[in-house]
Amino acid sequence: MQETWAAIALYFENHTDAYFAMLRQHIGISLRVLFLAVLIGVSMGILCVVFKKQQKYVVGLFQILRIVPSLAVLVLSIRFLGIGMGPAVTALVFLAVPPILMNTVAGLEEVPFFMLETSHAMGMTPFQVWVQVRLPLALPLMLAGIKTAMVEIVASATIAALIGAGGLGQIIFQGLSVRRTDLLLIGGVSVAILALLMAFLIDLLERWSLKHKYA
Amino acid sequence: MGENTTTAIEYQNVYKRFKDADYYAVNNVDLTINEGEFITILGSSGSGKTTLLKMTNRLYDPDSGSITLFGENIQQADVVQVRRKIGYVIQQVGLLPHMTIARNIGIVPRLLKWDKERIDARARELLALVGLEPDTFIKRYPSQLSGGQQQRVGLARALAVDPKVMLLDEPFGAIDAINRLNLQDELKRLHGGLKKTFLFVTHDINEALKLGTRVIVMNNGQVCQFDTPANIVRNPADGFVESLIHSCREQEKLWEGLA
Repeated sequence: MQETWAAIALYFENHTDAYFAMLRQHIGISLRVLFLAVLIGVSMGILCVVFKKQQKYVVGLFQILRIVPSLAVLVLSIRFLGIGMGPAVTALVFLAVPPILMNTVAGLEEVPFFMLETSHAMGMTPFQVWVQVRLPLALPLMLAGIKTAMVEIVASATIAALIGAGGLGQIIFQGLSVRRTDLLLIGGVSVAILALLMAFLIDLLERWSLKHKYA
Repeated sequence: MGENTTTAIEYQNVYKRFKDADYYAVNNVDLTINEGEFITILGSSGSGKTTLLKMTNRLYDPDSGSITLFGENIQQADVVQVRRKIGYVIQQVGLLPHMTIARNIGIVPRLLKWDKERIDARARELLALVGLEPDTFIKRYPSQLSGGQQQRVGLARALAVDPKVMLLDEPFGAIDAINRLNLQDELKRLHGGLKKTFLFVTHDINEALKLGTRVIVMNNGQVCQFDTPANIVRNPADGFVESLIHSCREQEKLWEGLA
């Protein structure tokens, strides 16, 4: 144990720059994936609610896609997209879209009909009802979905290292190949802390979006 | 009614049948409502009273017939513009939970691009009008208010841009008996001071007779009688109206028996 601690300390002493570079890469991949997943998940969620008939097919499709292990998606995307950032991001987006999509649909459908009808009755245009009423009221559930997705993204971004996209996964895979516990610990704990931190930030947003309930 | 009465709302041969229904929700309704009247629409569920109300601000459109608002056919007018000129209050209130009371009251003024000071002053004025202390309530959220207080805010919000017509769909239906009586009295007082036309839907005969200057009794989509409360009680137009009044008298007997 003593030795491991010493090895960890030594690692940070000698590889500070490399560590922070990998951390930055990891955050970079995660945020890129999150951005795309929110864009796709939220807009598809809105479309699902607008075009109700198609909803079950879209949600079902993503439910199935979600079961496919991200490693498999990653390997498949190498075939079509090669190695590097592109396929890694693609694979992770597949993983992150379902919770965002489903929570967006649930949040939008949870807004009571009478609230939408009164908003129309006051003279809001359909667009104004979406922006001022429906989306803000769905926001807390959407953020809960985004939080779930974020944790999954940060954790799974580890495998991006396998196809040369960098990130903290590099430390873990290096540790695996040379059987060094200190590297495994550094990589694993860093990923865990990062995931918790991101979740905490989204938590703050969620609480802000629900401030009327805590008032 | 003097001779100088203005027609506020006119329904001409209005029919409405919902998709997949084999009956008319509103069946040949023909009514003229004058400016400044407090009209109550009385009927049981499925009588078409809410459908008639919702056609007045185009939440529903009639299948045939026409509805005019101060001479303007609302079918030919811009739907958003029509609605902004009509106050709308419903039983579930429908305050937006993520907005403070001030912002809720300011919804329509903001749509009409009033400036901030004017909206704020209007919100305070309206809160006072509906009997809520402005300083206490203006920054609160709807969830911090009781049902009765919420409905007062609902009224204030509907009155925000001083609409000439107010549509009220069982606004006191979910409020306890004591508060309901208070709110009825205040609504009556409010109507007296405002010179607005009120259309008030209810299934409570006492409420309908107490508040209405005239009462529309509806059954199966048709208007059974449209008259003053006194005339309705004295000369019920048909068996349905008669049975309504009879049921009310039965209740009175129950009270007399208990007292």
